[in-house]
Amino acid sequence: MTTSSLASTASIRRPPRGGTTGGGLGGAVATALADGVIAAAVAFLFTLPLVGLRTEIAIGGLAINTRFVEVAVAVALVFLGRFGLSLSAAGYPVPVLAAALAVAGASLAIDFPTAPLQLIAVAGGLIVAMIAGWTAYTGRSTLSRAERQKRMDAIGAKVQVWTIWLAPIAITFAVLLPFLPFADRRFLDIAILILTYIMLGWGLNIIVGLAGLLDLGFVAFYAVGAYSYALMAYHFDLSFWACLPLAGLFAALAGLLLGFPVLRLRGDYFAIVTLGFGEIIRVILLNWYQFTGGPDGIAGIPRPSFFGLAEFIRRPRGDDVAFHQMFGLDYSSLHRMIFLYYLILALALIVNFFTVRIRRLPIGRAWEALREDDIACASLGINRTNIKLAAFSISAMWGGFAGAFFATRQGFISPESFTFIESAIILSVVVLGGMGSQLGVVVAAFVVIGLPEWFRELEQYRMLAFGAGMVLIMLWRPRGLLSHREPTITLARRRFGRAAAATSGEAT
Amino acid sequence: MTAPDDWEPHGGEPRGLAGARPDAGSAAGRPRPLLTVEHLTMRFGGLVAVSDVSFTARDREITAIIGPNGAGKTTVFNCMTGFYAPTTGRLALDTGRDVFLLERLEAYKIARHARVARTFQNIRLFAGMSVLENLIVAQHNKLMKASGFSVFGLLGLPIYRRAERAAVELARYWLERMQLTEAADWQAGNLPYGAQRRLEIARAMCSDPVLLCLDEPAAGLNPRESAELSELLCFIRDSHQIGVLLIEHDMSVVMGISDHVVVLDHGCKIAEGPPEVIKRTPAVIRAYLGEEEPDDALAVAGGDP
Repeated sequence: MTTSSLASTASIRRPPRGGTTGGGLGGAVATALADGVIAAAVAFLFTLPLVGLRTEIAIGGLAINTRFVEVAVAVALVFLGRFGLSLSAAGYPVPVLAAALAVAGASLAIDFPTAPLQLIAVAGGLIVAMIAGWTAYTGRSTLSRAERQKRMDAIGAKVQVWTIWLAPIAITFAVLLPFLPFADRRFLDIAILILTYIMLGWGLNIIVGLAGLLDLGFVAFYAVGAYSYALMAYHFDLSFWACLPLAGLFAALAGLLLGFPVLRLRGDYFAIVTLGFGEIIRVILLNWYQFTGGPDGIAGIPRPSFFGLAEFIRRPRGDDVAFHQMFGLDYSSLHRMIFLYYLILALALIVNFFTVRIRRLPIGRAWEALREDDIACASLGINRTNIKLAAFSISAMWGGFAGAFFATRQGFISPESFTFIESAIILSVVVLGGMGSQLGVVVAAFVVIGLPEWFRELEQYRMLAFGAGMVLIMLWRPRGLLSHREPTITLARRRFGRAAAATSGEAT
Repeated sequence: MTAPDDWEPHGGEPRGLAGARPDAGSAAGRPRPLLTVEHLTMRFGGLVAVSDVSFTARDREITAIIGPNGAGKTTVFNCMTGFYAPTTGRLALDTGRDVFLLERLEAYKIARHARVARTFQNIRLFAGMSVLENLIVAQHNKLMKASGFSVFGLLGLPIYRRAERAAVELARYWLERMQLTEAADWQAGNLPYGAQRRLEIARAMCSDPVLLCLDEPAAGLNPRESAELSELLCFIRDSHQIGVLLIEHDMSVVMGISDHVVVLDHGCKIAEGPPEVIKRTPAVIRAYLGEEEPDDALAVAGGDP
């Protein structure tokens, strides 16, 4: 099923084909037919084993069911799509546009053997129509890779310039969000989740984006923060507000401890060892039953109070005052939700403020220099070990804060929450956003976390869409969505916008 | 060839780490020795890259190391700047106040404390950062102190802002000297080749060195750019009063500006002396051109700058 979407993306990268090659419509149709047949053959090779043959449990063992109708439909769709794209590229976009729209419309009416095939037919038809429409509009079929890269870079640079206005608007929106009419419980829940990943992404961005060290075990520090809070609250009855800084401190210490042996390594070796450390922490949490509760996890983690002044509960004990009484409101379970939302928003903004600021300090510039060339760094008297350790432990500290927040939000933690896939998701947020780009992390968090949460109804197809999205971004924007970099200091006292325009214009 | 065991301090007065010593003065009318290399040997497994090389580079002089490809010139540099630990030998840098034994120091300490700056044969700029940022990173240690190890910097205290402004001024001075002011806010990787070479020298100079080591700075430059480079190196020697150590193949540069030339071949020192003498040394001509020696071949190859 994915073959058709892959085939259509692959075709976009083909160089434009002039109408002169085949001599008019006949030649164009012949080339397009040939293209379509090749694509259909590839699709057939893929779909036959993956879709056509299906093992099912039958009495007395496995039986193979065949689904040749589905294969035929899929191959036909790939053929049509490729044929349309080739024809459109050969200079006949308008008929293709009409035909594609017709196919998409007809697909809605026709009975397909399975729902996904119908979805692909409709979506594919619309995509082909869109590409044909674009071709008809611009008069050229494709952009070369370099041109596209340049255009996307220009967009990235522009967005960077707009950040000055975008950031306050986004923050204002985020602050007002809980009071907007559509902000119900589920909406806020997703918003909190996205903000958690934005914070984690910003934290990881320091080590991956700035210092250029690929850390595959970031979740270890997230876990250290979460367990620090949970265990301190459980054993010493400490409040969230006392534990929050301690959780960050412990995570930073863990970062230092892990950093000492790891930071001698470089590149792939570094990545593999951090991956190992991430797993070690998880395995320790899983097996040290007396201390961490093992696979049972820790339940009943205290929820945060309103800065230690009031609890978010309906009936406070004794003389205590609850939050809603303090402000003369009716009790609502949403209050705690909103408070959690503001808490993570504030934490995330602190990380952002810190990163933006430290990029302009010597240590931030040294991180970036380290990413560019660490031998040159040593030749300029920069102590690489200290600089890397600082990046590692500061990154870990933000991870620890986020972990403490995670523990207090969930009320229950277990090693299940800190598997490698978490590290991978946080890393993909950073990489997709564009390494080192703060705004990119926000956009990528919406794409990576927000969209799958929103489309939870689609069940496993959301993972399919997630994968397709990843492939698309890898193809179109291998350096991340917003990978433009602004200098941290400029010689000329130019306005931001002009400086950015000048640098991007002079680039190559 | 010297085995690791039978190495002994050789010649000159004994030197200790960071021991203050009275200024020896310039007995022969030449500046005092800045870097003294004694019996340097570097082995990689069975391969002897540098074998028992000794020479002296003086303060406020340009010392050139020349030799055919694979003679071990860059290995000597890497030993001096801490990227290799020499098998045997002593590399003493005398700044006038302190003496540093470079073979015992890590690379970043050599740059930070002994203040030896270097450039690389294949340019190593921070290509993704701007030209100005490259020069600011070179002043890392100074700025780090001023930013209170980032604490003052994060708080935005004026002490850090003042230091940063001073750093930008130093960068601006070198940008002007290198004709890079226009390009200050460009990405360093997008500069033309010659400008990248100049920027690398500017970056090394921004780290405030007492000894500047240049690894083939004229490689890939056209004759006009080479002439400008010669002028620049003389300027650095005379106006900034530091020692320059130079690996170079371009004889017009070497013979035109060097005060002292060391010739290596197959890891051994085959000659040492002022350029006029080196030009006529038979061993050198043999190393460069083979056994049959045409008269004044090297002088012709060198030409006049």
